[in-house]
Amino acid sequence: MSELSVNHLLGIKYLNEEDIELIFKTADHFKEVINRPIKKVPSLRDITIANLFFENSTRTRLSFELAEKRLSADVVNFSAASSSVKKGETLIDTVNNILSMKVDMVVMRHPNPGAGIFLSRHVKASIINAGDGAHEHPTQALLDSYSIRERLGGVAGKKVVIVGDILHSRVALSNIFALKLQGAEVKVCGPKTLLPKHIESLGVSVETNLKKALEWCDVANMLRVQNERMDISYFPSTREYSQQFQLNKKLLESLNKEIVVMHPGPINRGVEITSDVADAENAIILDQVQNGVAVRMAVIYLLASKINR
Amino acid sequence: MGQRILLNADEINIILHRLACQLVENHTDFKDTVIIGIQPRGVFLAERIIKILQEEYEITDLNYGHLDITFYRDDFRRGEKPLEANKTKIDFIVEDKKVVFIDDVLYTGRSIRAALTAVQSFGRPAEIELLSLIDRRFSRHLPIQPDYNGRQVDAINEEKVKVNWKENDGEDVVYLVSK
Repeated sequence: MSELSVNHLLGIKYLNEEDIELIFKTADHFKEVINRPIKKVPSLRDITIANLFFENSTRTRLSFELAEKRLSADVVNFSAASSSVKKGETLIDTVNNILSMKVDMVVMRHPNPGAGIFLSRHVKASIINAGDGAHEHPTQALLDSYSIRERLGGVAGKKVVIVGDILHSRVALSNIFALKLQGAEVKVCGPKTLLPKHIESLGVSVETNLKKALEWCDVANMLRVQNERMDISYFPSTREYSQQFQLNKKLLESLNKEIVVMHPGPINRGVEITSDVADAENAIILDQVQNGVAVRMAVIYLLASKINR
Repeated sequence: MGQRILLNADEINIILHRLACQLVENHTDFKDTVIIGIQPRGVFLAERIIKILQEEYEITDLNYGHLDITFYRDDFRRGEKPLEANKTKIDFIVEDKKVVFIDDVLYTGRSIRAALTAVQSFGRPAEIELLSLIDRRFSRHLPIQPDYNGRQVDAINEEKVKVNWKENDGEDVVYLVSK
């Protein structure tokens, strides 16, 4: 079997097409495992994984922890709020202290872009980026593509629109890389203030009219407005944002076709998406969550198999 | 590298019929029995035996699945290459069932050790038996023996037993390959 071309998962940018295919093929097996009466395999018995979360997370953290435990790895959790980071310790010191307790792999979320890359150059452990600032969130993009592949039979040639706060979104950037790598067409849609300049250079098209974007697409990935990352006001009011960029039933029904609706969570119901759309049959939001565990198991398994070899 | 034929198509055919007959002797109607082919190569053997059971003994109501043991192996991170997984397909519960593992070659016994662990994910079987086409005796690392055995072979560690199936490799034949 081929193996991953990388020793860390820092971003989709560093992967190639074969890596993604290998991760998905492996995830298929783990999806079968997590639907068994006993949802656990002993592969990673001798691997210890530290989950370092310097930023809040529920879904991603839970998903990683479940993935690790279902592979039988030992898991230690760390969150910045209750740690010595508050006392002024540097990132490298924190991580090296944890590694000296014989940890093989680090899953890290950090508010600063590039934190994972920095760490991979300075510590001896396999690093998985679970989100670094507004840079990348590779496992989210992988599980999004995996979910599209599951629902539509493939990603190549599919038209995907990413709607919302593209500027502050690591999910958007990782998704653009992943989808382009697999041969999908990608469009981004949102208020001009939330679309980065020169985003076209990534090979995506830009649309500011949601209805037009939806008429074009097979899949709509609705992103949350990241109020916590906004230091200034990017649009007049939440109400105005909703009027222009909310996915609601009326808009969906006006399309004369079925599209797949995705959301990486957490959902702000009534802002970027309405409840009736989020809970409808063609929304695969909860499939995304389930696939997240299988995809993360695959990533951890494939990276762990490269440790010390 | 030389190879010699251990079993030809006719011999394999006779052995398959004997093995099927022995299974019927012990399991009669297969009501509480499930047959599990060990991925990847045990599946071909399992399907052959099932075909005989269905066509010649008219046992139609068979529970049959395949089990992949990759994630249960004890050599993770010890080989040159990562281990490649195969599909597991067990859509029944093995709780209180008599399980028959089917694999083509029994060598060190480590695969079967992994399979014994893996099958527990699907319940607690009443008992587990092992059927293998080739038993490389004197090569075992673990105290595991077959209950149904095609042919015993004395092969040294440098030699490899290769089982080819018509549906996959073009012919039914078992080779002993020396490096």
